[in-house]
Amino acid sequence: MRAPDLIRFARDAAAGNPLRTVLLVLAMSIGVASVVVLTALGDGARRYVVNEFSSLGTNLVIVLPGKSQTGGFNPGNAITNTPRDLTIDDAQALLRASAVRRVAPLAVGTSEISVGGKLREVMVAGTTAQYIDVRRLPLAQGRFLAEGDWRRGASEAVIGAKIRDELFGANPALGQLVRIGDRRFRIIGIMASTGQGLGMNTDELVLVPVSLAQAMFNSNTLFRVLVEANSRESIELAKSQATAILKARHEGEEDVTVITQDAVLATFDRLLGTLTLAVAGIAAISLAVAGILVMNVMLVSVTQRTSEIGLLKALGATGGTIRTAFLTEAAMLSLAGAVLGFLLGHAGAAIIRQLYPVYPAYPPDWAAIAGLGTALVTGILFGVLPARRAARLDPVESLAKR
Amino acid sequence: MMNEPLIALSGVERVFQLGDSEVHALHQLDLRIDSGEYVAVMGPSGSGKSTLLNLLGLLDRPNAGTYRLEGRDVTTLSPEEQARVRSERIGFVFQSFHLVPRLTAAENIALPMVLAGTAPSERRKRVDQALKDYGLTNRAGHRPNELSGGQRQRVAIARATIMQPAVILADEPTGNLDRATGEEVMRLLEELNGKGVTLIVVTHDAALGARAQRQLRMEDGELRQDSRQCAPRT
Repeated sequence: MRAPDLIRFARDAAAGNPLRTVLLVLAMSIGVASVVVLTALGDGARRYVVNEFSSLGTNLVIVLPGKSQTGGFNPGNAITNTPRDLTIDDAQALLRASAVRRVAPLAVGTSEISVGGKLREVMVAGTTAQYIDVRRLPLAQGRFLAEGDWRRGASEAVIGAKIRDELFGANPALGQLVRIGDRRFRIIGIMASTGQGLGMNTDELVLVPVSLAQAMFNSNTLFRVLVEANSRESIELAKSQATAILKARHEGEEDVTVITQDAVLATFDRLLGTLTLAVAGIAAISLAVAGILVMNVMLVSVTQRTSEIGLLKALGATGGTIRTAFLTEAAMLSLAGAVLGFLLGHAGAAIIRQLYPVYPAYPPDWAAIAGLGTALVTGILFGVLPARRAARLDPVESLAKR
Repeated sequence: MMNEPLIALSGVERVFQLGDSEVHALHQLDLRIDSGEYVAVMGPSGSGKSTLLNLLGLLDRPNAGTYRLEGRDVTTLSPEEQARVRSERIGFVFQSFHLVPRLTAAENIALPMVLAGTAPSERRKRVDQALKDYGLTNRAGHRPNELSGGQRQRVAIARATIMQPAVILADEPTGNLDRATGEEVMRLLEELNGKGVTLIVVTHDAALGARAQRQLRMEDGELRQDSRQCAPRT
């Protein structure tokens, strides 16, 4: 039999019993759709977390004061176990490392901001002009903190979008004087709204020069130093250079923790990737169920079409031809179900994205392909038994049946 | 090759197992049918005439004996080779027509060629000719349930002849038809025989059997009578 004839024959046979065909395609499509939707959810979670971490900035190395693990005895620890401060000078020293492009110190505290009788508590972050580049944050209005000596700073502040809305409403905020803590600052810039963010939400942040923040909180230490490496490849180098510089500056004691964003990201990536696989596996069970249904329906079909099979044999069809015809039909129904399920799954994922815009519920490519592939394979695999049964029917007995 | 009969059965046995007992549907059957003959196989039900037809059509295998079709021993062929012989040399006409209900008349006629893998252009040509020959041109797109009994059997005959077989095996071809329609169907089959196609008709209708040049009367799986009448062919 020629391939186009085979396909037409299988199509006509499928169309000859619409209810059976519809049920089968539906079962298969539900299986595939569940794979697509569930992996979209799993992979969406992974993407969400990865995106949030990426929003911290790219090629980022983060320096924290203090060491989580203690390695060996150090004379310094014998006298005092208070970790050394991570100072602005330390941060500035990191700029000497060859693999480092930018450095942004970060001092954080809470304070009150007031203007025109309105007062609210805010998180104040002291940093430098580099911060906006390191974190890749967009500015909505005005300019960011000025370049200059890190140990001095003008009384200028950049506020988050939400704070602008709450304090000024529709009135212009740029150039206004506000009181933060016991100091007066002029607002020189407004951050663009970035929505949710892990850790600090810049929408509710007030950014001031790092020296003023330290003075405000009466502290010498930095909360973090954000270091941007030259490139993705130099992250590890930047990390070791930063560790070495700070160790040298702290009298040979490694009392800071240097983490790379990549390490954190990779962990989450792996964790949630595994979760997605597990979910896909559960969804695949429904595909196996659909496969068994294909077998069942095809077996019934063979019984119903016994006399037709006998006729085909009398007309010169070999067992192979009949087997191929039934397999083609099973494959076509599975394929139709798989394609329908694929579309349904994507529609489902699109609805989820509509309902939760922050959640990137896109099914991964591998899941879509695996879903389609599994549907086809199960369909054909479970189609083999009925097809063989059809091919083996005795033509005399089959013809006698009506 | 000239002396070789179309069909030669020798010592053919067909035994069915029914519970404990063995039923000899065919017993020590020897039969020669020459090319172009018109043979009627008659006998009461259970006499083995349908079994004989299935055997001749390679739908069934004998338990013993040999069956030579056009000088070739076909009992030892593999199922695939037998299917090929059925496809090319044998045409079946059934009592209950056996048309595929979801296919149109034209598609039913084309079915043997589809199964054999004939090219679509050749198929169309032959189907168009067959539709014309059997007066079905304006019925080509109709499905079997939209056709009358006579039309259905004409479709079935067109299908049986589309591969230009050497022999047509008809099992009670008029059994489901009224007298007039049955007459018309027999006339079509006899016309084919007139063109040189060997025609073997199984029937229990004596009047129908009498039309053939040769009558085989079967009883209990044995050939009881083999009579020829030398009626001139038209």
